[in-house]
Amino acid sequence: MKSLLGILNNTRVRSIGYQIITFALVILFFGFIINNASSNLIEQGIASGFGFLNSTTGFDIASSLIHYDSSSTYLQLFKAALLNTLIVSFISIIFATIIGFFVGIIRLSKHPIASRIATTYVETLRNIPLLLQVFFWYFAVLQPLPSPRASINFFDFIFLNNRGLHLPSPELSGQIGLFLLLLAGAALLILYWYRQAKKYRISKGHNHKKTWWYWRLMPLLCVIITIYSTTNIEISWSLPALAGFNFEGGGVITPEFFALFIALSTYTGAYIAENVRSGIQSIDKGQIEAARAIGLSPFNIMRFIIIPNAMRVIIPPLTNQYLTLTKNSSLAAAIAYPDIVLVFAGTALNQTGQAVEILFMVMMVYLFISLVIALLMNIYNKRFLLVER
Amino acid sequence: MKTPFIHNKNRYQQLYKALFGSTINTVLTIISLYFLYLTIPPIINWTIIEANWLGSNASDCTNDGACWVYISVWWQQLLFGQYPSEQIWRLVLCSGLFIVLLIALIFHKHLCTPLQKRLLLISTLFYPVIAFALMYGGFLGLPIVETRFWGGLFLTLVIAVVGIVTSFPLGLLLALGRQSTLKIIRLFCIGFIELWRGVPLITVLFMASVMFPLFMPQGVNVDSLLRVLVGVSLFAAAYMAEIIRGGLQAIPKGQYEAAKATGLSYWQSMFIIILPQAITLVIPGIVSAFISLIKETTLVYIIGMFDFLGIVQFTASNSEWIRYTKEGYIFVGLIFWVICYSLSRYSRTLEKKPSH
Repeated sequence: MKSLLGILNNTRVRSIGYQIITFALVILFFGFIINNASSNLIEQGIASGFGFLNSTTGFDIASSLIHYDSSSTYLQLFKAALLNTLIVSFISIIFATIIGFFVGIIRLSKHPIASRIATTYVETLRNIPLLLQVFFWYFAVLQPLPSPRASINFFDFIFLNNRGLHLPSPELSGQIGLFLLLLAGAALLILYWYRQAKKYRISKGHNHKKTWWYWRLMPLLCVIITIYSTTNIEISWSLPALAGFNFEGGGVITPEFFALFIALSTYTGAYIAENVRSGIQSIDKGQIEAARAIGLSPFNIMRFIIIPNAMRVIIPPLTNQYLTLTKNSSLAAAIAYPDIVLVFAGTALNQTGQAVEILFMVMMVYLFISLVIALLMNIYNKRFLLVER
Repeated sequence: MKTPFIHNKNRYQQLYKALFGSTINTVLTIISLYFLYLTIPPIINWTIIEANWLGSNASDCTNDGACWVYISVWWQQLLFGQYPSEQIWRLVLCSGLFIVLLIALIFHKHLCTPLQKRLLLISTLFYPVIAFALMYGGFLGLPIVETRFWGGLFLTLVIAVVGIVTSFPLGLLLALGRQSTLKIIRLFCIGFIELWRGVPLITVLFMASVMFPLFMPQGVNVDSLLRVLVGVSLFAAAYMAEIIRGGLQAIPKGQYEAAKATGLSYWQSMFIIILPQAITLVIPGIVSAFISLIKETTLVYIIGMFDFLGIVQFTASNSEWIRYTKEGYIFVGLIFWVICYSLSRYSRTLEKKPSH
């Protein structure tokens, strides 16, 4: 009896015991819900599994970058919706970063009016729910725009109405392959030239001055190649024109996309501005004074001292903001932008009833996107890490 | 630090230098003044000068400006949703009690004797029960108000407060589990936290409304508000766990070792030594988690609940008022802004002064 108590008091035995109990409880819990779910599904007559992905959907979605219509399969729907999510997130991330850096730097400037405008912007947008901002842009700003017949007309080829912003879209014809090849060649040349110039500057301590023809010729060559390459293709513009009740031809930015995009980028921009501000403020004043003392120009201080130092502080929270933005793009569901949550976790789920599979896929998509962004930002972060000797 | 050159100038010279001292500053001044000229007068004009203040329906809004009649017509819905008007005193009583309790909690260090502190603790613990009883009813002759009638700002606050309060103990356990030396427990906690943090709240809400019923035994119906509350709590718990973990990691290792050396058990050392210090450190973080949660509860509209923002969408289905949703958004946005901004200021003052 005493030895049994002794065993029970042994820390190792106890810790293993706790773990077994936890494990068993988790297994029991999952067993319970899986059991319930399967019996419920049988009751409702829904076959579980991913077979539904190959059946046709029978409904259309508002906008898609790849071919999709009502005779497409659920798998194609998944791809189209995923692409819509990615595109709105990607474009919003770019603009949010631009807005964030711009506002963050303005907010730190000593200019009394500009810095106060930036502060007001940040404090207003950060403290209002994003969904409200999405609704505001969509229902209060974009929907009251005139109907297609009374569109706001910019120079006869851009039209703004409550169906979206209609723009001319380029249609490329001719030797596109050659064009891309030449363009890539020019880009490689520029990269090579830049590397060489940098190498020279680092090894000699000053820019190359004497053999001007080499340092001027390379960029000139690149420019010539680029210009020449554009002559190989013809661009014809497809112009939007009113046909019946709506516009035809050209490209259209739908109000759903635009509302989501502008809300996401301004809202996240306010958060990024705060990150940028704290990143710049974290720089030791001595660094800037030292840079000034060795005679760097204000631009070069920004370029070589402030930005590399601040980036080290900014990147981790910036990564978080990108992740949050991507997750927030799911608010699309509220204004009918056909993203993965609206058409896949919404419409497709209602049509098929495959709640478990569909929500599993959607959650995996978001987890995967989070993982990829985190990975990319980690790689980028390595470039800015302090290299200590 | 001495900055003698600036001290020699008077304020106007300083201001002049800031506004027109260099080319960049001059350009900034011109651009920002032009921006203010473009935005401020129309806003003042729309919200105040041209606005319609009096009336009882949409046709009273004849001016071009804002139609504030919207708010005088809909304020009750916006605040309390479809809650029966003759029962609203119950919600007012609840929020009154809540405010009194909150003030007492914030200032308890200055006000209370030990006995009063104990009373305060007891009333804090019992408040949720009393509040729920008052809101739901069904005792002392109070009629039952089902949760589908709950709405407006009231519902938003219920979800946010319940979410943050229940997520605290859950998050605490998860944070401890993530720091634990027991591998399986740590693994489960990491998995749970990363899963919930990786997905948007809206998918969690979809899960709560679509998958939750599937997971229940047949014939068991769980109230839709309760399902949302469970989803929100689990979601918030994952974030809370990471905040608390930050606090746990900020405690010097010596504290853990000292607690062990004095012979305290794991739970004793946690509750007596580590957590009191860690929690004090992370209170600002918890306040900002609360702010995010308040803002994110607006998503419940997407799964068909009429919270504060949802009511504005609801009024838009009324053809008479569809033109005036802008006023609704501004009103709701203003209230959210006041709540969130004051909370964030409060957390900033907490950050500035170390409380011990």
